[in-house]
Amino acid sequence: MSRTHVNCEVNGDAVDFLTEDGESLLNALRDELGLIGAKEGCGTGDCGACSVIMDGRLQCACLIFAPEADGAAITTCEGLASADELHPLQQCFLEGAALQCGICTPGFLIAAKALLDENPDPTETEVRYALAGNLCRCTGYDKIVRSVLEAAVQIRTPA
Amino acid sequence: MSTTEAAASTGTNGNGASGYRWVGTRPVRHDGLDKVAGKARYAADLNLPGMLYGHILRSPHPHARIVSIDTSAAEAMPGVKAVVTGADFPEAPPKGATRNLMCTVIARDTVLYSGHAVAAVAASTRREAKAAAEAIEVTYELLPHVLNISDAMADDAPVLHDNLFTRGVEPRPTEPSNIAARTVYERGDVEQGFAEADIVIEREFSTQAVHQGYIEPHACVVDCDQEGKAVIWASSQGHFKVRSATAEVLGWDTSRIKVIPAEIGGGFGGKTTIYIEPVAALLSTKAGRPVKIVMSREDVFRATGPAPGAIIKMKVGARNDGTITTAKAWLAYENGAFQGMAAMLGCMCVVSAYTLDHLYVEGFDVVLNRPVNVAYRAPSAPAAAFAMDSVVDEIAERVGMDPIDLRIHNCPSQGDPTPYGPKWPMIGLRECLEAIRDSDHYQSALPAGQGRGVASGFWFNIGEASSATVNLNENGTATVITGSPDIGGSRASMALMAAEELGLDVHLIQPVVGDTEVVGFTDVTEGSRATFATGMAVVEACRDLKEQLRKRAAKTWDCDVEEVEWVDGSAVHGPGEQEPLTLAAITGNAKRTGGPLGATASLNARGAGPAFSVQVADVSVDQETGRVTVERYTTAQDAGTAIHPSYVEGQMQGGVVQGIGWALNEEYIYSDDGNLENPGFLDYRIPVASDLPMIETCIVEVPNPSHPYGVRGVGEVGIVPPLPVMANAVADATGVRISDLPLSPPRVLEALTAAES
Amino acid sequence: MRYAAPTTIDEARALLASDADAIVFAGATDVVPQMRAGRPEPSMVIDLKKIDRLMSVSLDGDTWQVGAAAPSSALTSNAAFAADFPGLTEAAGLIGSDQIQNRSSLGGNLCNASPAADSVPALVVNDAVAVIAGADGERRVPVADVVTGPGQTSLAHDEIVVCFELARPAGGTSDAYLRLIPRTEMDIAVVGAGVRISLDGDGVVSAASVALGAVAPTVVRVPAAEAALVGSSLDDAALAAAAAAASDACNPIDDKRGTINYRRQVAGVLTRRAAGIAADRIRTRNGQNGAS
Repeated sequence: MSRTHVNCEVNGDAVDFLTEDGESLLNALRDELGLIGAKEGCGTGDCGACSVIMDGRLQCACLIFAPEADGAAITTCEGLASADELHPLQQCFLEGAALQCGICTPGFLIAAKALLDENPDPTETEVRYALAGNLCRCTGYDKIVRSVLEAAVQIRTPA
Repeated sequence: MSTTEAAASTGTNGNGASGYRWVGTRPVRHDGLDKVAGKARYAADLNLPGMLYGHILRSPHPHARIVSIDTSAAEAMPGVKAVVTGADFPEAPPKGATRNLMCTVIARDTVLYSGHAVAAVAASTRREAKAAAEAIEVTYELLPHVLNISDAMADDAPVLHDNLFTRGVEPRPTEPSNIAARTVYERGDVEQGFAEADIVIEREFSTQAVHQGYIEPHACVVDCDQEGKAVIWASSQGHFKVRSATAEVLGWDTSRIKVIPAEIGGGFGGKTTIYIEPVAALLSTKAGRPVKIVMSREDVFRATGPAPGAIIKMKVGARNDGTITTAKAWLAYENGAFQGMAAMLGCMCVVSAYTLDHLYVEGFDVVLNRPVNVAYRAPSAPAAAFAMDSVVDEIAERVGMDPIDLRIHNCPSQGDPTPYGPKWPMIGLRECLEAIRDSDHYQSALPAGQGRGVASGFWFNIGEASSATVNLNENGTATVITGSPDIGGSRASMALMAAEELGLDVHLIQPVVGDTEVVGFTDVTEGSRATFATGMAVVEACRDLKEQLRKRAAKTWDCDVEEVEWVDGSAVHGPGEQEPLTLAAITGNAKRTGGPLGATASLNARGAGPAFSVQVADVSVDQETGRVTVERYTTAQDAGTAIHPSYVEGQMQGGVVQGIGWALNEEYIYSDDGNLENPGFLDYRIPVASDLPMIETCIVEVPNPSHPYGVRGVGEVGIVPPLPVMANAVADATGVRISDLPLSPPRVLEALTAAES
Repeated sequence: MRYAAPTTIDEARALLASDADAIVFAGATDVVPQMRAGRPEPSMVIDLKKIDRLMSVSLDGDTWQVGAAAPSSALTSNAAFAADFPGLTEAAGLIGSDQIQNRSSLGGNLCNASPAADSVPALVVNDAVAVIAGADGERRVPVADVVTGPGQTSLAHDEIVVCFELARPAGGTSDAYLRLIPRTEMDIAVVGAGVRISLDGDGVVSAASVALGAVAPTVVRVPAAEAALVGSSLDDAALAAAAAAASDACNPIDDKRGTINYRRQVAGVLTRRAAGIAADRIRTRNGQNGAS
């Protein structure tokens, strides 16, 4: 198994790690960098629990070979909050009870951020389709969709 | 209408009228921040120094004798530190629950389903472990297999266990069979009931096996030391169960094992048993290193879960005034490879939402070459309700009665006998029916081209054993430690009940799930019991603490304790000669009044209030493709008292959507050779966000007199009505009744086409 | 397994030629799940996303060049492309979630050679040409001729699909793609139908292309359905005839996603509906042109 030395930017920090070439970016983030927010729910791109934003595009980290990340800029769930403040999506998920077990939550937050970055005023239907790649088995999605819509309002109209 | 408005409009939401200060409010959950920040630690998130990765080799055959296992090639592979097979585990007894558990964890002489564990490897990396496991050579002698109920019950069926004789049949059968047990409940005389009926409807129904579909695969890390002690980090609904079951499988004393509950990424009943912990423990013991095992999604589908498929025959009689006179039911449930109790539970549930003078219910538990059943949210009730509530809907149509009115007309009340024996305690079925009848949804005209369906559902709920320890800290805050893994926000509910009892701000209370060495024995989080039963333990411990606090105040004031009252978080001197002492003032002074304040309660909770839910949906059906779209959905459920209404709604909504998935698209699909064809989220189709509308909720509150705050469990019953709700709505939209699930596009189109010709 | 990320086509081809077990990939949205399901790991995976030409989407005169490794989202977010090929854009936008569409490519969708690939019927009705780089330079092959069976293509081991050439449609022409899936997202097509229609000034169909996915080992072009549409004004009888012809052209299998009968029945329905959508698009565009 070949190994590759990967240099990239994760949540604004320059990082590097050594990885087996066939390893996924998901495992590299979790095992090499200790960023456990992205989860493996399926390993096949069907559940979205490992969602990250790489070079501005929402992707499943389980489908990315770790060496692909060389030179890339990656945002994970751990990069959403600032030192003293949660991201509005995180705050709205908390207040809107949009999580039960929480395993899918980091992926939903990242997917929702990617949506709102592109479309700050989505309709309920747009939110539902944008989040269709993220499976949640606990909530029935109701409170997740409401929380994303509420976060969109807060981001558009800061206090 | 928003969820909260819907709840408020029924006037039954826990806010306000109850007079509680904390119970019924919606604080942010205490464990929430870690979960939105990506910091919460689930079992697969833990890495220990020197940790190895375990990989389990599974049978590719549904039924085969293991002739030999050769591990020599695997042992010689790079990075491999330990290999185990069934031969490394203690011998299993010839029959019984212990054998079933032991042989589910790892096969002995025979594999009984595709995906059955046969051997395992621990190696330095995941890839090395996987490669080595695949290098283990297993020689199988294939045996004939059986995959569905009808085939398994046939006289000439291949028999899975030659020592399995049907229970509940007199005289005891002399030949073994795949029918593990027969269950019968009867009352009155069904023939008389049919004679009294104006109409009799007889139908046969089938449902398919489905998976709980939690997003987190099973995972554990086990660290066994040279003294024989094992520490297990587990993703489980019950870490005490992990301890006892692991000990049972390994023949170890439970005191050797400590289980630390990791955050759990969904369970829904599927994590009430164990699969991998004893395997990791044995690998760790052999290797002298910690071992992590994480199942792949494919393994999760092939080797864990499923809720059973069922065949149910119903014959129901009714009078023209809508009175149901009798019901006769025949139920057969898949059990998987080992005996379970699915049919027994189905028998207990099938007609429970109706008052019947005459009934005869007969059920059969059937073993076959599929993975072993595990609980899934109100186990067995959804299929049973699908059968009964489909027939009830047809009766309403035939007699020309509103389906809600017909259900109210036949609704059991407190004191009526249940179908399975005891009398109903205080229940809220009628209130749920009325809540749906009066809902904005039901009162709104059905949009053109759509169909509307209603149904009700029942689940027992259970109590069981729980423990809680509440410690008051020197600064006037409290720590609430329970033994119930939090699978949907129960920590917040524990904190709310403690806040209410102590009169302390809920934010000053830290709820914690303790490991097996820091809190008393607590049964699994199952049967909708955590907020009910563990909540009772929390309340009992808090009441003990209030007594202690009053005594400390009395000591401080040098007065009789009877003169001290506990009011809104402070000790108040009855005669009014002293300034009230806050909780913080007492704890801050605790060293001088007798030492730290803490209390523990352990109990067997009795009187879990039965749960009912009534639901309505509007659907549209594409008549040319058979696709069903859920346009609107409302659920009413009796919560007794909603401690944290947001998480009550969350349970209701989550249950509904799982039920919708079961009704419309989810199913285990097996090839003829006995392999699961859809072991992934691509073809095992759980609902996605764009499949659904908002799920409107009405929390009904008929308090459970057995709980200090009136709590009924809310976790399970929500999944029961959606199966008949969907079938009834599709029937209303198309005029065609479909009695086989799922209502997938091919099945619906086939039924529509058949009805046309 | 080794990962390589060449920056030129020649470099990529040389790597392929050097290793009979190597494979190329763009999004890996099929390759990784296949490996998880037991496909043996190749000795080398060659990432095509660092090669500019394979990633670009551009209009060259009257011909669109779509890089074979460009993600689906590069098409769905390209308004000019979507205006020319709304049906193909729809098909690209149906491949999995947003997460998948940010990786999945038309080249991968084609070369994975699944009978159910969404973009292939839409490429075929638009007469797309695959530009294939090989030892003797580049050759141009109609997309319909690339896939020879499930998982099989006519490409040699060291050949790479570079891009797709799509002639801009003439006025009065548009396309549509519909598929049937049980859920609203995230499924593989049970049936897919791509249709391209040209209408003359009187609203009569002057040309039609119909291609079906997931109903046979490879995408099926349906000349009988096309003939039924041409010369008609898309009246009910013509649409019914096209639907019947589409159903007849199916050679499907029973599998976990659908039955033979279901696929036949629905292929006709989707063909009829897609033809209607394509025609509506032409009429809407004409209306807008008239208004402006």
